[in-house]
Amino acid sequence: MHKGFLTIYWRDMLRFVRFRTLLFTSLVQPALWLAFFGVAMSNNFERLTATMPVIPGVRAVGYLTFIGAGVIAMTTLFTSLFGGTVLLFDKNWGLMRETLSSPLPRIHIIIGIGLSAMTKSFIQATVIMVFGLLLGVQFFEGYTAIQVLASLFGIMLFIGAFSLGFLFLSAAIAITMESPEGMQAVITLLTMPFFFTSNALYPANSFPPVLRALSTVNPLTHLVSGIRYFAIGSEFSSIGLRYTYTQEEVIVSFLALLAFAGIMFLIARWRFTRVTVT
Amino acid sequence: MQKGRVTIADHDLRTEPEKVRESIGIVFQELTLDRDMTVREILEYHGRLYSMPKAQRQARVDELLSLVELEAKRNVLTRYLSGGMKRRLEIARGLMTRPRVLFMDEPTIGLDPQTRIRIWDYVKDINRQGTTIFLTTHYMDEADQLSDRISIIDHGEIIVTGKPWELKNALGEDLIYLETSDNRGASSLLEKLDTVKGVRGKSKGIIAMVNVDGTYLLPEIMDKLRNGGIKIRAVNLKKPSMDDVFVHYTGKELRDTGTEKTVLVKPGRR
Repeated sequence: MHKGFLTIYWRDMLRFVRFRTLLFTSLVQPALWLAFFGVAMSNNFERLTATMPVIPGVRAVGYLTFIGAGVIAMTTLFTSLFGGTVLLFDKNWGLMRETLSSPLPRIHIIIGIGLSAMTKSFIQATVIMVFGLLLGVQFFEGYTAIQVLASLFGIMLFIGAFSLGFLFLSAAIAITMESPEGMQAVITLLTMPFFFTSNALYPANSFPPVLRALSTVNPLTHLVSGIRYFAIGSEFSSIGLRYTYTQEEVIVSFLALLAFAGIMFLIARWRFTRVTVT
Repeated sequence: MQKGRVTIADHDLRTEPEKVRESIGIVFQELTLDRDMTVREILEYHGRLYSMPKAQRQARVDELLSLVELEAKRNVLTRYLSGGMKRRLEIARGLMTRPRVLFMDEPTIGLDPQTRIRIWDYVKDINRQGTTIFLTTHYMDEADQLSDRISIIDHGEIIVTGKPWELKNALGEDLIYLETSDNRGASSLLEKLDTVKGVRGKSKGIIAMVNVDGTYLLPEIMDKLRNGGIKIRAVNLKKPSMDDVFVHYTGKELRDTGTEKTVLVKPGRR
């Protein structure tokens, strides 16, 4: 098998590690979200829900724990959606000519860059989890070591599928667009609906019907559900609401992410076959 | 590709595009180096793209860095290299996979004379080692110096192809430039001579392409013009250069060439 995608992966990771600033900010930014937004909102929600009766029979977790999963998901979304930008720069600065005029099948460019975005997401998720635990996020409470490992594995599976999907989308946009400014605008525009129609920051149960429908097809919702299932448990309550994730629902969520990644891959592949070097 | 067939290194472009890609190297006109990779990494990346085995890659990197004299810069980011160094690195990259055919698109554009001459030396070396090089350039002296065969392209079409000396000889033994009081009269007088192959008008004077040694013909021509009542203001005698060949075939002065380009075809000696 041609291992060309590893070459693309190697180069992208090389740049990721080389730019200390980029590396540092990409790790610190999600932590800051958790530290500022999370702690601030958490205090508000605790105050608002203080008078609500405790839901019996299930473990109650704080808001910080609730959005911990949301912040991981959000970070993965941003990293993956912007992950394709490198392709746009490569294209505009002529660097891609070298790659495109080589015998490397184009599909390897997509796969390689997808794997590097996935790796970056794994690193970020790990940092956020560690930082979150220090801040008081109650992930993996009462889990045995084996259960923690199994849960981490599950979380990474979800993050992996999700980040590939959005990276492919990002790659398709990058290879189609002409200017980085345009790409920036399109992606910023895209993140809004994904982000706010998901259950990352607040429960989706109380959305109006249209938003709710959007929320159920939103890959971000599926990722957040997956992370909560593995990190918090199948049943818990937070901000006065009860959450239940059955195994079936979680499997469906994972399949939804895989399907999303598959469709995005096909779109990216289609866009890439159209690229010509001049 | 619109029509016709392209065969490179015995591979048909239409049926075996991958094989063609494997057998060619390209040095692009604009710099295409990642500023954030080191000299070694640039070559390493290229070798990997072409699935070169690791040991071979490493040996080739050492070999090429010494060829283009960049050993000292091995672990330096390309953003810190001078223009000439970047060019040399790109040439090394083009050679990384030992291509049978190397395409170089104006490799010396914007470089200082010393660097140009160094790059010419590499080009000659590479060619001597058996790589066929297609090189495009606007510099006629470069074409003349480097090529075994030259094609002049005007408006996208090859208008003439030949060895440098053939092209120059086709213009005659010598070129005689004259500025006279009556350029038109002078032209018609000269065109009658057997020793004159042709006469071409310039902005202020005329150029006669002559078949014989100009040093002896020139006094004769001057006498003839004077006897015809034409006053000579200026005279110049020179051997035809590639510049003259270009002007002759494209009918334009070099300085207003806009889109024209010269392609040199260099068959490698295998």
